[in-house]
Amino acid sequence: MSRRRAAWLAWALQALLIAAIASGVVWLVQHALEVLRSRGVHSGFDFLLQPAGFEISEGWLDFDAGQPFWRAFLAGVINTVRAAVPAALIAVVLGTLIGIGRLAPHVLVRGLCRAYVETIRNVPLLVQLLMLYFALTQLLPDSTEPLELLPDVWLSKGGLALPWPVREEGAWWPSHFEWPERGSFNVSGGAALSPEYLAVVTALALYTASFVAEIVRAGIASVAQGQKLAAQALGLTGWQQLRIVVLPQALRVIVPALTNQLLSLTKNSSLAVAVGYPELVSIANTSLNSTGRAFECIAVIMAVYLGLSLLISWAMNRYNARVALRGWR
Amino acid sequence: MSAGVRAPIEWRKELWGSPLRGAFTLALLLLFGWAGFHAFEWAVLQAVFHPDAQACRAVPHGACWGVIAEKWRPILFGRYPYEDQWRPAVAVTLLSLTTLLSAWPRSWRWWLLPLWLVSLSAFVLLMRGGVAGLAAVATNRWGGLPLTIGLAVVGLALAFPLALLLALGRRSEWPLIRTLCATYIELVRGVPLISVLFMASFLLPLLWPAGWQPDVLVRVLAGLSLFVAAYLAEIIRGGLQAVPRGQVDAAMALGFGRWPVQRDIVLPQALRLVVPALTNNVVGTLKDTSLVAVVGLFELTGALGLALGGDPTWRPFYLEGYLFIAAVYWVLCFGLSRYSGWLERRLSSGH
Repeated sequence: MSRRRAAWLAWALQALLIAAIASGVVWLVQHALEVLRSRGVHSGFDFLLQPAGFEISEGWLDFDAGQPFWRAFLAGVINTVRAAVPAALIAVVLGTLIGIGRLAPHVLVRGLCRAYVETIRNVPLLVQLLMLYFALTQLLPDSTEPLELLPDVWLSKGGLALPWPVREEGAWWPSHFEWPERGSFNVSGGAALSPEYLAVVTALALYTASFVAEIVRAGIASVAQGQKLAAQALGLTGWQQLRIVVLPQALRVIVPALTNQLLSLTKNSSLAVAVGYPELVSIANTSLNSTGRAFECIAVIMAVYLGLSLLISWAMNRYNARVALRGWR
Repeated sequence: MSAGVRAPIEWRKELWGSPLRGAFTLALLLLFGWAGFHAFEWAVLQAVFHPDAQACRAVPHGACWGVIAEKWRPILFGRYPYEDQWRPAVAVTLLSLTTLLSAWPRSWRWWLLPLWLVSLSAFVLLMRGGVAGLAAVATNRWGGLPLTIGLAVVGLALAFPLALLLALGRRSEWPLIRTLCATYIELVRGVPLISVLFMASFLLPLLWPAGWQPDVLVRVLAGLSLFVAAYLAEIIRGGLQAVPRGQVDAAMALGFGRWPVQRDIVLPQALRLVVPALTNNVVGTLKDTSLVAVVGLFELTGALGLALGGDPTWRPFYLEGYLFIAAVYWVLCFGLSRYSGWLERRLSSGH
């Protein structure tokens, strides 16, 4: 068989395969639409403009039941970010400390950090999340007699209340703190964080930290021993060795792996649906049950997560380009 | 500390090398002792071990392990008919033994595939019943640990061939195939598993003719496999990339065709390289099966909710229940990850 004929054949086969897959998809979609029509279910994204008819318990975006579905989904996305960003920050800081701790020159510190990593990452996140949520809502004292963790930081079944900067009407920058006050029934004022939110952020942060720790440990271990010895010979202190010599090199190994962890943290925030924190998946689930538009609601979830994933990959790649060796990539 | 050889720990120097270090060690030991004592007091000294909710309520500062003594069967077997629960017990033991046997590199022979087929069919037959005098049990009553392990094992077994095709396809010389496989892999890896499970439980029923509906277990299993396959494919691709190009050229020069090169030269080396990474993925999949609780299947996590949520007497003792299933997951996952480490050392030492 001549080369040209083989190439032709390859193209023909590929085209045939693509055509088969495409027609299969088209048939499935048409069939699904037909089934929906026969059951009298409307389809299409027009429902996004109709009033949602449910309330959202918390979030940065004000929302009431009369507002349309698209705004509910937007509030959900904002709530996803509201949970994922603090969780990511805590996870990176805690994970880095534990990762460094696993290489510490003290056997008890190493053991403690190792025990943390081995315990947390071998239990499903969902189980940890449900356990935390149960502890926060059932085992804490009632909101009538909250625990004072720090001065003016109150923890109870009702959640966590803490001082929060507020700004005057029309001002750009916060001018003073609002302090939570303990009343006879509950704590009011300041920032009130719901138990759902606390459980989601804490579980995501603790779980991801165990993976970040392993990444940091591997990154530091990947720096050649000679580099550390050379830094020592130059008279750098322990902290300087880590900051000037070891970490910049370790980051090249750490950053790509960390990107993957941040991506999975974002995707894992969807587990919040299990405790009823109103992030995107919870909102989509509620909308799905009230409108019956399964395809549309799931499509919104997938589109948003794909968008977030692309965004995070892009941002981390920019950062990676900065820490990578010049001339690499 | 280098990766291969571990320096012996100099206990005395590390713990008591200098006064400051000694003080730090002492503080840590005191902290451990204090925390350990309180944990021990809660879990053992003050704990109630017999299934008596009254006694549990009487001791607020002790664990109530009685809830496990009372509820271990609904937690481990879900809604499976009580008198037939020996069947899932035998089925899951069979599956675990097969897994243990195949974990041993000496048993990586041709007979492993038929063994798995036999073991999986036995699992399904035992669970389903309807033959040899066993009462039929509908899949919506399956639950607990057998469902967790079954979902993970069958899900992975179905995902693996698909992942192999996707990984080979992503390296294909044909651009359309390459794009198709890459798109699939990246799309699936970009969305959370929950959305795939929602699709399987809400969307798939719309695609089938109204009369014939596959049950929710089959649909969830399909969703799980399609999801896991994308991750497995990337691992396998990593292995394929690690096989030097020279191997392919040499095989071609010896007269191997396109497929025989992949089957006999590239894949055996690539798969051997990625076995540890695959094992880590098995751990991930095992943990991920807990998510099917969200779409209404009662595997270990869902079964706990079912066993305690509907029973006001025992509902206050959820924490002990969660600790129990966490321990079950931990034993399975920790065992697998230790195995993965052992295998990595064994495979890298010239085997």
